[in-house]
Amino acid sequence: MEMTKMNVGALRKALDRREISAVELATYYLDRIAQLDPQLKAFITVPRAEVLQMAAAADRRIATQEDVTALTGIPVAIKDNICTEGIRTTCASRLLADFYPIYDATVVAKLKQAGAVLLGKTNLDEFAMGSTTKESFYGLTRNPWDRQRVAGGSSGGSAVAVAAGMAPLALGSDTGGSIRQPAAFCGVWGLKPTYGRVSRYGLVPYAPSFDQIGPMARSGWDLFLLFRGIAGYDPLDPTSLPASVEAEGDLSGSIRGLRVGLPREFFGAGLDGRIKERVLAVAKVLAEAGCELMELSLPSMAYALPAYYLLAYAEASSSMARYDGVRYGIREGAEQGIVGMMTATRQSLGLEVKRRILLGTYFLSADCYEECYQQAQKVRTWMKQDFAAAYSRCDLLLTPTTAAPAFRIEGEAEDEPVLALTEQYTVAANLTGNPALSFPCGWINHLPVGAQLMGPAGTDELLLRVAAVYTENAPGEAVPERTARDVGEQIEV
Amino acid sequence: MWVSKLRYETVIGLEVHVELKTKAKLWCGCSTQFGTEPNTQVCPVCLGLPGGLPLLNKKAVEFALTTGLALNCVLADHCRFDRKHYFYPDLPKGYQITQFYQPIGREGWLEVEFADGPRRVRIKEIHLEEEAGRTYHLPSGPDGVASSLLDYNRSGIPLLEIVTAPELSSPAEARIFLEELKAVLECLEVSDAKMEEGSFRCDANLSVRRPGEKLGKRVELKNLNSFRAIEAGLVYEEKRQRELLAQGEPLPYEEVRTWDEEKGITVYMREKEQAADYRYFPEPEIPPFAIAGEWVETLRTNLPELPLEKRRRYREEYRLSATDAALLSRRKAEANFFEATLQKYQGSAQTVANWILGELTRLMKEEKAEVTNLQFSAEDFAALLQLQDQKVISSKIAKAVLEEMFRTGTKPAVIIEERGWQQITDPNIIKTLVRETVVANPAAVQDYLGGKQKAFAFFAGDVMRKSKGRVNPELLNEILQAELERHRSVGNSGYQSDRQ
Repeated sequence: MEMTKMNVGALRKALDRREISAVELATYYLDRIAQLDPQLKAFITVPRAEVLQMAAAADRRIATQEDVTALTGIPVAIKDNICTEGIRTTCASRLLADFYPIYDATVVAKLKQAGAVLLGKTNLDEFAMGSTTKESFYGLTRNPWDRQRVAGGSSGGSAVAVAAGMAPLALGSDTGGSIRQPAAFCGVWGLKPTYGRVSRYGLVPYAPSFDQIGPMARSGWDLFLLFRGIAGYDPLDPTSLPASVEAEGDLSGSIRGLRVGLPREFFGAGLDGRIKERVLAVAKVLAEAGCELMELSLPSMAYALPAYYLLAYAEASSSMARYDGVRYGIREGAEQGIVGMMTATRQSLGLEVKRRILLGTYFLSADCYEECYQQAQKVRTWMKQDFAAAYSRCDLLLTPTTAAPAFRIEGEAEDEPVLALTEQYTVAANLTGNPALSFPCGWINHLPVGAQLMGPAGTDELLLRVAAVYTENAPGEAVPERTARDVGEQIEV
Repeated sequence: MWVSKLRYETVIGLEVHVELKTKAKLWCGCSTQFGTEPNTQVCPVCLGLPGGLPLLNKKAVEFALTTGLALNCVLADHCRFDRKHYFYPDLPKGYQITQFYQPIGREGWLEVEFADGPRRVRIKEIHLEEEAGRTYHLPSGPDGVASSLLDYNRSGIPLLEIVTAPELSSPAEARIFLEELKAVLECLEVSDAKMEEGSFRCDANLSVRRPGEKLGKRVELKNLNSFRAIEAGLVYEEKRQRELLAQGEPLPYEEVRTWDEEKGITVYMREKEQAADYRYFPEPEIPPFAIAGEWVETLRTNLPELPLEKRRRYREEYRLSATDAALLSRRKAEANFFEATLQKYQGSAQTVANWILGELTRLMKEEKAEVTNLQFSAEDFAALLQLQDQKVISSKIAKAVLEEMFRTGTKPAVIIEERGWQQITDPNIIKTLVRETVVANPAAVQDYLGGKQKAFAFFAGDVMRKSKGRVNPELLNEILQAELERHRSVGNSGYQSDRQ
């Protein structure tokens, strides 16, 4: 049985029919990780013994057919900035090299309760600050389609784990595009849910008013199953949305008559023409399926990126204040007194994290708080209004997820503007708190391309439904789901 | 107008930190109990572990609003929080969640009765924030080396900061204000307000100036850990600054000083930071919420009678002395007991006050009891006083009965009945007792007749002793006097002849 070629639904059937056991399935993935990951470095920690224990427990559940959910026995990789009780959670930082949380994040608790098997902790940019997964203390993650290229980030480990068939499902986190951009680079699906639909309790904060945990998978249905497993009101998260906001729970239903907006600001200068072409091809398929297309403009997008940097870095500088070597994580310079110890301990943070702390600290300083932070908040408010106005004219927006396909690991300088433009495409959803989905929509040579769907708050399922309709009706070559399975073989060659 | 160059005004402003007595902490369900083993009341949230999120305890907001109402504050329409950043090991998140941009209450006042009469002291603002943990610096820690140990049990306990305007004019006023504030907080039942447990803490700012001049440079005084320390520290600081000013050497800069309790002096700590930058910004994890008008109105309706109103009422309605009114109204439980007793008692309020503040307080102190867990009711207490008034028992016996009630909770009438403690008011019985002692002590009779008043007291005491204090004192005096005087008229040998 070629398990990497099976979607979660097929795995479910195979498990329930006892064609495979959860332990066999977990072992299969563990072996595949052992085989592929030394080259790809998608995982930081793979707790083999615990994985097999969880799988055995799932088998017992399946044997008695009690409390079996869609995810019972299904392996899920977890981004390593999501707390797992007793399993090391490093945030890809040297500082947390020996941090073993004393509690599970709500999403982890939910997955455990559903009987899912936590496969391991995936690589990321340190504290999720980055968009390459190069900024990890534990080594950079490589793109399975071309190992000389980046996986994207910061959820690069999760994207690669799914793309290379080292896990059927993975959790990422998205603060400015950290699920969608690596999903696009690696040819998988990634959803940044509506802010508040998935609990953040246990997610190590980067910029808490932007952060959101979301699912990553190889198909829309798989993504949906994982999303359903983690979404919902959580009394432990003060920003959790009440259950009533949750939309209906399936992907069926017509998309006929939906108005799909194509915002000008996402198709302008800097965008790779081939990506533009692929995304417009998506629009065409949607139109053929009965959607109404319209062009529109979102003038606030001009300020999206600076506003994002200001606010996210400001929050980051605050989020990072707790790492002082006093209570957990590594401790250095203990002999140098309190200030010496804190300083020495914080020295062990990576350059990108330090850069964001310094900038954020500056943005919050009394000297520029009004000019920087408060102005950026105004932009954020304007963006919410601007997008709300757009959503009064159309139901959702279709854009590229990135301005270019995955770029080379070396040669950063020339990619900077492309990277910035890509961030601009993705940060809008975090600034507005709205859901955004990246899904595969074709290829540029051997590299996958992602399209992004955005909608107003609570339309997470709608975005999935529309993307699923596209995938069903897309020309065969465009959809990597049908070829992604082979990625492992490609690497092995 | 000519103003003496040697006269100075003192200006004092206070910052009071009050721990609110919610059962759970401000952001998590951990207990707020005082005095438990270190780090036993902690969780991912109050330890500031990565991924922990603050869940606002609405009870703390309610307590803050209640206090704001009692302090006549303008209440905020929204409840918002901000982060204040600084690094210290007992601050687990590297920032304190507080209310910087919109304190929950501002522009209030508290009326206080100072030596020269009542006055409103303005409250600049009150705001809600979280406690930090506690650091213990040990010269020799667990492994023998100098160590700092941290206890996070206190971390995240809700704290209300109350800031006064700088308009207290003496150390004594500062103390009186704080006592009044403490009484208000206790009366509202929002805080234990115990200085010795740190649930009521005060930093004081003091400056001196010549009348009419602008405010002088101020000194912030820390480590004021008792009401006595507050007054003593401020007295010292006031004198120090006046002397400096008199020498023509006003303070060069604002500074923070600490009160050295042992030496009785204030000691320089540091210059007050000109621009401490705490990098305040709105707390992104706690969505602001509107404070519902009905909520505030309900709290306003439920406000208890505040200590000052109560004191005034006790003086005016019950005619109590100022001291007794102050003492009785200070603690809600005692005030309630006082008023409950009065409901059932026909005598004067002053009698009840005397008994509560005298005998009952003494017993409670001895047995470390509280008025809330007495074995007997206010009704029983009233009955006891009634029995005394009806002369069923003497005041001395009444004290013994109270002790018995205190220990066993038995009704006063039952105690009196069982012990046979009713007062002896039958003149014949008293006469018999008097005669017995007079006959037994002829020498004392001679002393009395010779003009020694002490002898009278001797006889009275003897009767009381033999009757175990049960004889009605007025009747005893009357009968004893009559009996002794009878001897004067009968002559020295009266008894002998009588016996024959």
